[in-house]
Amino acid sequence: MTTSDVLAAPGAASDTPEAAPGARQLWRRLRAQRAALAGVAVIVLLVLVALAAPLLAALEGQDPDAYHASAVDSALGGVPVGSFGGVSADHWLGVEPGTGRDLFARLVYGARISLGIGLAATVVQVVLGVAVGLAAGLGNRFLDNLLSRTTDVMLALPTLVFAIALLAIVPAGFPRPVLLVLVLGLLGWGGTSRIVRAQTLSLKSLDYVAAARLGGAGRWRIARRELLPSLAAPVVTYSALLVPSNIASEAGLSFLGIGVKPPTPSWGQMLSSATTWYQADPTYVLLPAGLIFVTVLAFTALGDGVRTALDPRAGTRLRAVARGRKGARP
Amino acid sequence: MTLLTRFALRRLLAALLVLLVLSIAVYALFYVLPGDPARLACGPKCTADQVAQVRTQLGLDDPALAQYAHFLHGLFAGTDISTGVGTEHCGAPCLGFSYQNGEQVTSLLAQRLPATASLSLGAMALWLVIGVGTGVLSALRHGGITERLLTAVTLAGNAVPVFIIGILLMLLFVSVLGWLPFPSYVPLTEDPEQWAWNLVLPWLSLAILESAKYARLTRSSMLDTLSEDHVRTFRAYGVRERSVIGRHALRGALPPVIALTALDLGTMFGGAVLTESLFGIPGLGKSLVDSVRTEDLPVVVGLVLVTGFFVVLANAVADVLYAVADRRVVLA
Repeated sequence: MTTSDVLAAPGAASDTPEAAPGARQLWRRLRAQRAALAGVAVIVLLVLVALAAPLLAALEGQDPDAYHASAVDSALGGVPVGSFGGVSADHWLGVEPGTGRDLFARLVYGARISLGIGLAATVVQVVLGVAVGLAAGLGNRFLDNLLSRTTDVMLALPTLVFAIALLAIVPAGFPRPVLLVLVLGLLGWGGTSRIVRAQTLSLKSLDYVAAARLGGAGRWRIARRELLPSLAAPVVTYSALLVPSNIASEAGLSFLGIGVKPPTPSWGQMLSSATTWYQADPTYVLLPAGLIFVTVLAFTALGDGVRTALDPRAGTRLRAVARGRKGARP
Repeated sequence: MTLLTRFALRRLLAALLVLLVLSIAVYALFYVLPGDPARLACGPKCTADQVAQVRTQLGLDDPALAQYAHFLHGLFAGTDISTGVGTEHCGAPCLGFSYQNGEQVTSLLAQRLPATASLSLGAMALWLVIGVGTGVLSALRHGGITERLLTAVTLAGNAVPVFIIGILLMLLFVSVLGWLPFPSYVPLTEDPEQWAWNLVLPWLSLAILESAKYARLTRSSMLDTLSEDHVRTFRAYGVRERSVIGRHALRGALPPVIALTALDLGTMFGGAVLTESLFGIPGLGKSLVDSVRTEDLPVVVGLVLVTGFFVVLANAVADVLYAVADRRVVLA
C-alpha cells in the first residue's frame, strides 16, 4: 500500500459518505425496481440471441442471405406466400417480400449489429468523454477553456446531421460497422466530458485529493487513483442512457440507407425496405419496428433504473419501496 | 445601453465566434483532409478534365489558409464561381456550386426551406398545445394518474426514434383505418388544404415525442411557480383560481418552455432528417440524405453549415429570450 492510499482511505470515507456503491449494491438497488428489472431481462435475452445468432439460424435451418423465390408470389409483385408475411415451419417469422430471405435469421443477425454498434459506440464516447473531462478539470485555465468550449459546440450540434455528412466523405472501402462506431463515438462524447469536468472540479478541492498531492502523487496518478473511482457512479449513470440513443442512431442511419451496407442484416435497413411494402405486408414492418422499439425501451428502462440506484438520495426511497412491498426489513 | 441589450449583444457575439470556429472545422474536415476533395466535390460521374477544372475553381492547389479565406469571402461578400460552362456571380451567403445539379448551393437550399419550415412550425404548434396543456393539468393534479402516465410516456418518448412512431402511425391511419392519404408533400402556396392534410402524420409523429418532454418541463416549472410567495398572495387576496393559474402562475412557468422551444426549433430547421425521409418531405433534411447518396459534397457541406448556423443561433436566441423573461439571468 502506498502513501497516497493510506492518506486517501480515511478521507474518502468521511468526505463522501454517499460514495459510489459497489456493483453488488447497484444490483441490489436495481432489483427493487420493476421496470429496470424487466429491462435487464430483455437485454439479457437480446444479448443471448445476438451471440447465438448462427446457432439459432442453423436451428431453424435457414441462412440470412439466401433467396427463396418459391416463398414469394411473383405474380403479386413479390408478396410472401401464406399468412402473416409467409410464416411457416420453414420460416418462423415469415420471409422478406421480393427476395424471400428468411426474416427470423435476418432479425437475429441484425441484433448483432444493433447491440454491437450501440455498445461499442458508447465505449468510445465514454473513454473520450472521461479523458477530455479529466484533462479540462485538471488542466490549466487555457486548456480548460479550450476543451469546455469545444464540448459546448459538440453538445449543441445535431449528431445525426454530422454523422450523415461524415459518412459521405469516408472512402467506400472502410468497414462500415467500425465506421459507424467511430462516427457516433467521435460526435457523442460531449455530455460525459461535461459531467466528468464538473465532478473533477469539485473533487479536486476535497481534502483527500489534497492529501494525495502532498503525498507526492502526480496529476496522472491523482486522476487514476483518486478521481476515477469517484467518477464511476456519474459516468455509469450517464452512459447507461447513451446506449439506447446510440442504438436508435444506428437504426436511424441504417434506415436512411447510410448505415451498414447490404447484405449485412440490420433492423434499421429492414425497416426502410419495409416502408415500401407496408400496405401489402404489414408484418414485415412490425417485426423490425417492434424490435427496435423494445430494445431501445429496455435500455432506457435500465438506464433510468441505474440513475435511481446510483442517486445518493435513492437509498431511502428504495428502502421505502421495498418496505411497502415486502413488509418492514431490519 | 441597458444590461439586457449588452447581454444580448455579448451572447450574439459569442455565437458568431462559435460559427466561425465551426466553419473552419467544417472546411478543414471536408476540403483539406480528404485525399482528393475536387473529385468529391465534382461527384462520381466527373471526367478527369472536369475534376481539374473544379480543383482550380475551388483553389485547391492554394495553401489551406488561402482556400479558407476565399471560402469565407464568398460566404460574407459573395464571389464569382465557374459553373463548368461559364462563370456566374454567387451572392452572399455563397455556399459554393453543386456541379451535379448545375445550380448554386444557396438557391438549392432556399428551395428546400419552405417544406422544412412547414414541418417544423406545424409540429411545434401541436406539441406546444399538447405538451403545455398536459403539463399544466398534471401540475394541478399533483401525484395523480396523469402524472404517472406522463412519466411513462416521457420515458418512452425520450427513447423511441421518430421513424418508428411515424411508421406505426402510418400503418394505423393509412393502412388499417384509411382515414388519411399516404403523405405526399403539397406546397402551402399551391393548396393549403392538401398541404395541411398531408402533413398531419409527420406533425403528429414529431409532436407525440416532443410533447412528452414539454409536458414534463411545464409540469415541474409550474409546480415551482405555484409554490412561490406571489401566487400565495394572489390567492390570499381572493383572485379567482382560474386567473391565478392562467394569468400569473403560467406566465412565471413559461420561460424555460420558451427557451426549449427555440432550441428545438433550431435543431429541427437544421433538418428533421428522419421525419422528412420517412414521409418524403422535400426539406433540408431529406436533401442531406439525397446529396450524401449522390455524393454531392458542396451541398452536404452547405447543409452542415446551415444546420450549425440554425443551432448556434437558436442557442443564442434561447438565452436571450430566457433573459427577457427572467432578468435575473442578466446579472449572473
